[in-house]
Amino acid sequence: MTLEPQKSGDSEQQPWRRPPRHHFPGIPAWGAPTAALREEKFDIDLIGEVTPEWAWGGSNGSGVNVAVLDSGVDGTHPMVRRLERSVGVMPGDDGEFTIADCEPADSAGHGTACAGLISSVAPEATLTSVRVLTDGKHGTGAGLIAGLRWAIDEGFDVINMSLSTGKPQFCLALHELADRAYFRRCVIVASAHNMPVRSFPWPFASVISVASHDEPDSSVYYYNPSPPVDFYARGMGVEVAWPGGAKIRSTGNSFATPHITGICARILSKHPMLTPFQLKSVLYLAASNVFQPQGGDYASRSD
Amino acid sequence: MPAGQTDITERTLLQSIVEVAKSVFGAAAASVFLVDDETGDLVFEAVAGEGEDQLVGTRFPGGTGLAGWVVMSGQALLVDDVAQSPQFARDAAESTGYVPHSIMAAPLISNGDCIGVLEVLDRGSRPRGDLTDVDLIGMLATEVALGLELLVRLRRLTGELQPATAVSGGDAGMIRRIVARLPAATEPVASTVSRLLATADDLLAGDGAAFPGVTR
Repeated sequence: MTLEPQKSGDSEQQPWRRPPRHHFPGIPAWGAPTAALREEKFDIDLIGEVTPEWAWGGSNGSGVNVAVLDSGVDGTHPMVRRLERSVGVMPGDDGEFTIADCEPADSAGHGTACAGLISSVAPEATLTSVRVLTDGKHGTGAGLIAGLRWAIDEGFDVINMSLSTGKPQFCLALHELADRAYFRRCVIVASAHNMPVRSFPWPFASVISVASHDEPDSSVYYYNPSPPVDFYARGMGVEVAWPGGAKIRSTGNSFATPHITGICARILSKHPMLTPFQLKSVLYLAASNVFQPQGGDYASRSD
Repeated sequence: MPAGQTDITERTLLQSIVEVAKSVFGAAAASVFLVDDETGDLVFEAVAGEGEDQLVGTRFPGGTGLAGWVVMSGQALLVDDVAQSPQFARDAAESTGYVPHSIMAAPLISNGDCIGVLEVLDRGSRPRGDLTDVDLIGMLATEVALGLELLVRLRRLTGELQPATAVSGGDAGMIRRIVARLPAATEPVASTVSRLLATADDLLAGDGAAFPGVTR
């Protein structure tokens, strides 16, 4: 099938960015009279035999827009490439948060570390820093939601969230945003918590959740058959950006997540019409513990 | 438990946790920071090992250093070669007087909020695996947070119960009902009730010994 690749970009005309259909209350709204109406045409990327080479081989992430929801990104750090824009959530007098452009700076360094890792996997992906964390004070959940809502509405292809909130009052709002992102083809890649506490949004089925494996190979990631963690990526002894232009070896799920974000950017760069559920399937099929070169026996994986 | 007692228990709990952390990891030091609600600063509350004599009570701005990463992301983290970063080494030497090679830290999460950080400096090289270490410090941090949560709850409870425990069950219920209903009462009823209460108060003042359990 030869379809012109088309960037998912910012067009509101794409069916998945269209506002919901108006309808008279009580009328079944989501049916489609396919017998009478011509089927709407849309672009697709068919999934054939999925190999890592098919999925991301030769791709550098170009044309894919990635938002890094974090503490900001230091645009001058040598590990960070193609930082296009920096915005931050600003608390207003009325307690509501607004989004405003800000300096490409990061007082903490966590966001810079994540951005540097995304660049290391997908060097040509375009990054936007969405600063949702500013200091150690409480009450960051509302800012996180404001930043996430902005990133979804802006139409980013991938959102990296190496963070979570444990406040139950934000669970429902985050759940709805995660579903909204999913239907708008905006992929949220979120760090699983490595402690026995409840936090969000990583356990939601509509996001891609990531924890760490302990191998020193950034290209190796594993599918996890026991939910809610979807994938294990490199998260141990990872060289990450550190404030002041330095690098440091660090361990944690925060650093496994940007690896999968980078891989998603490379896949979407090559196959821009993949939906989030297709993308997750491609990640699954190309995972180091699922993909078998030369068509190996999948059944033997049960051992 | 009197309020002062829970403060002592809190300090003892935090100290015992940092001693355990230091010993389990064979570390140079272990410490607990709590987030100052007002300023967002991180304050050293308990230290075992390097700096235990002088660090308790000192503070540094939230959102900085590895502890800042942990508070922000809510995730346990480990960094290995911090001393190689000149800026870090300088900052650490200035603020604590000790420059570690490795730092491992986990958030203390209570009711969904990160209320502090458990940190371990220069853990020993006994083979356990870095991921196992991060998991282990995460479990310890969870325990600290639960202990603190219970103490806060206990403190609130003892504060609330102080007047109520002074009267026996049925009376306590009646007094609570009166307190709840009084604001909604009409003016003449309210003034009558107030007079009755004043009389009751006078009676008790004059004859405290006749009401065992009431301490004035």
